[in-house]
Amino acid sequence: MSSFSVTEPSQRSKWFAGTLVILYALITMVPLAWIMLTGFKTPPDSISYPPKVFFEPSLEGYVNLFTTRTRIGQEALDALPPPDTWYEEIVRERDMVIAGPSKFGERFLNSVIIGFGSTFLSIVLGTLAAYAFSRFKIPLADDLLFFILSTRMMPPIAVAIPIFLMYRQLGLSDTHLGMILLYTAVNISLAVWLLKGFIDEIPREYEEAALIDGYTRFQAFYKVVLPQAATGIASTAIFCLIFAWNEYAFAVLLTSGTAQTAPPFIPTIIGVGGLDWPAVAAGATIFLLPVMIFTVALRKHLLRGITFGAVRK
Amino acid sequence: MAQIIIKNLRKEFGDFTAVRESSFTIEDGEFFMLLGPSGCGKTTTLRMIAGLELPTSGEIYLDGEEISQRPPSQRDIAFVFQMFALYPHMNVRKNLSYPLVSQGMARAAVKAKVEEVAGILGITDILNKPVGGLSGGDRQRVALGRAIVRDPKAFMMDEPLGALDAEFREHMSEELRALHDRMGATTVYVTHDQLEAMQMGDKIVVMNNAVVEQFGTPQEIYDKPASMFVADFIGSPSMNFLRFDGSVAKGAQTVDLNGQPMTVPRQIDGASGKLVFGVRPEHVRLSDAGAYRGEVLATEYLGTTQIITLETPDGDLKARVPAGQMATVGEKIGLDFRPDTITLFDETSGRALRSELNEGVLAHG
Repeated sequence: MSSFSVTEPSQRSKWFAGTLVILYALITMVPLAWIMLTGFKTPPDSISYPPKVFFEPSLEGYVNLFTTRTRIGQEALDALPPPDTWYEEIVRERDMVIAGPSKFGERFLNSVIIGFGSTFLSIVLGTLAAYAFSRFKIPLADDLLFFILSTRMMPPIAVAIPIFLMYRQLGLSDTHLGMILLYTAVNISLAVWLLKGFIDEIPREYEEAALIDGYTRFQAFYKVVLPQAATGIASTAIFCLIFAWNEYAFAVLLTSGTAQTAPPFIPTIIGVGGLDWPAVAAGATIFLLPVMIFTVALRKHLLRGITFGAVRK
Repeated sequence: MAQIIIKNLRKEFGDFTAVRESSFTIEDGEFFMLLGPSGCGKTTTLRMIAGLELPTSGEIYLDGEEISQRPPSQRDIAFVFQMFALYPHMNVRKNLSYPLVSQGMARAAVKAKVEEVAGILGITDILNKPVGGLSGGDRQRVALGRAIVRDPKAFMMDEPLGALDAEFREHMSEELRALHDRMGATTVYVTHDQLEAMQMGDKIVVMNNAVVEQFGTPQEIYDKPASMFVADFIGSPSMNFLRFDGSVAKGAQTVDLNGQPMTVPRQIDGASGKLVFGVRPEHVRLSDAGAYRGEVLATEYLGTTQIITLETPDGDLKARVPAGQMATVGEKIGLDFRPDTITLFDETSGRALRSELNEGVLAHG
């Protein structure tokens, strides 16, 4: 390697770029780290001023997140047998006993069902629609595609009231099916457009070869096109999941019990004497995990997906 | 092994007509070339035979059965794509097995058949490699292997050598022809390369603008072109066209070219108006005795022969003569044409006039 190269950046510019990236990473990660740390603080530590960076870690937030507790008098407390479990011990220190499990588990499960359910549905419908738009001569295809895109041209919440009324009429309010359908409806335009781009890039000859080799159109689609589109499907799925997982406004509006997802639930975790910040932070941390795991698992595809089409082979 | 008959085949894409009333017959075991410039409808014709496009009208018979509206999977025809179209997520073995698996063949039988085909093509050592890292030639062999592995009735090949570099192409074309001769399967081969068509084909169909211009053996196509397009498209340099206003009588054996009588094959029909005198460069001789003269514009030395460009009273003309013959730019030389090779054309229609040279050949067109 010569001392000067057009394609290889200099040592200095590498350092500069590296520093910038690290700085940016720090800025975005500090709030995240703060939330995660707060989850391990005691309630007094969490609201102390100046904020504590070093503190004695406690699992109180997590215990509070998963339980409901009642305050009892000192005498009643003394009368109880010693606590059998570590979490009961934490609760007793606050002069309380565990009354039962909280709703967090259920709400989290709702989020999983609705988030992954709508992602799955968006991807299935989106892939089929994108394939059709990409491969067949559809009358008014451009207009239809524009129409599909136009569903995203206003903020979804702008139609909150009609949807609220419609859902009440149809009995879809506060149901898993209702939320899955709603998030699918919002995500499908993104899915169709993204996936159409990916499928357009797959040469038709692959399917034609499969047709010639004795397969039906549908077999050719799922045996040959789908594996080729895996990258696009993975990155589209991540985008869809992130939206459905984080959606707050409709969840607040349309769910209250059975189908309530975690986002509207977490801020309602009230402790004694105000918001229970460690519990909220613990909830937020746990809530982050599935999307993080999903994204990390698919990150190779995602990276390739984002840069897809930038370079023609 | 099969005979393919194409009858009045037509394909329209909206307002655009890709193939217009084509008819020809591909005999069993023939290596059949569909030749023409890009956009002439040759690939569409091939795709209709394979079932990748459905014709707007017309019939396709495979071994006597009408198949024009059947899905490709029910035609038992293999197809080799220009870009190979190997399944990129499978290795070579899986690519070769794929057509057999779709027929529900037992695993052991598939394995045996794949090994056999790999042996024929000399790709046994790469069976377990992914197709991504293969060289162009190996990809081509795998694509061929995928076609021959299930012993189809016929092979369709869409410019299969188009993606290879020139050097390798020649080698592959020999290999391909040898493979065909060994298997004896009917093969339809699309190309825009007239040399490839002449070299490899038993029969050639020349298409232009959605129409079949001529159909015949390479010799017929070359020596007895049915139209000015064919005469121009085949051969390098292509046939010379000397344009003149005049007439030929029925049964005539001469035409007047700039006042000079030229002997031509006996004409079956008479014609008059704008006519064209067609002569191949190698049938032009330089002769001092010739009364018809041209001025040398340029010479092109090719080793054994040379191409001499001359200006004649009826337009420019190229002559292919032995390299030793002397010709200097600016010199006026007498020209002589081999009479039995001349084709006359009607310029307005572009068709060849019927003569005893091309009688019988034109009936196909």
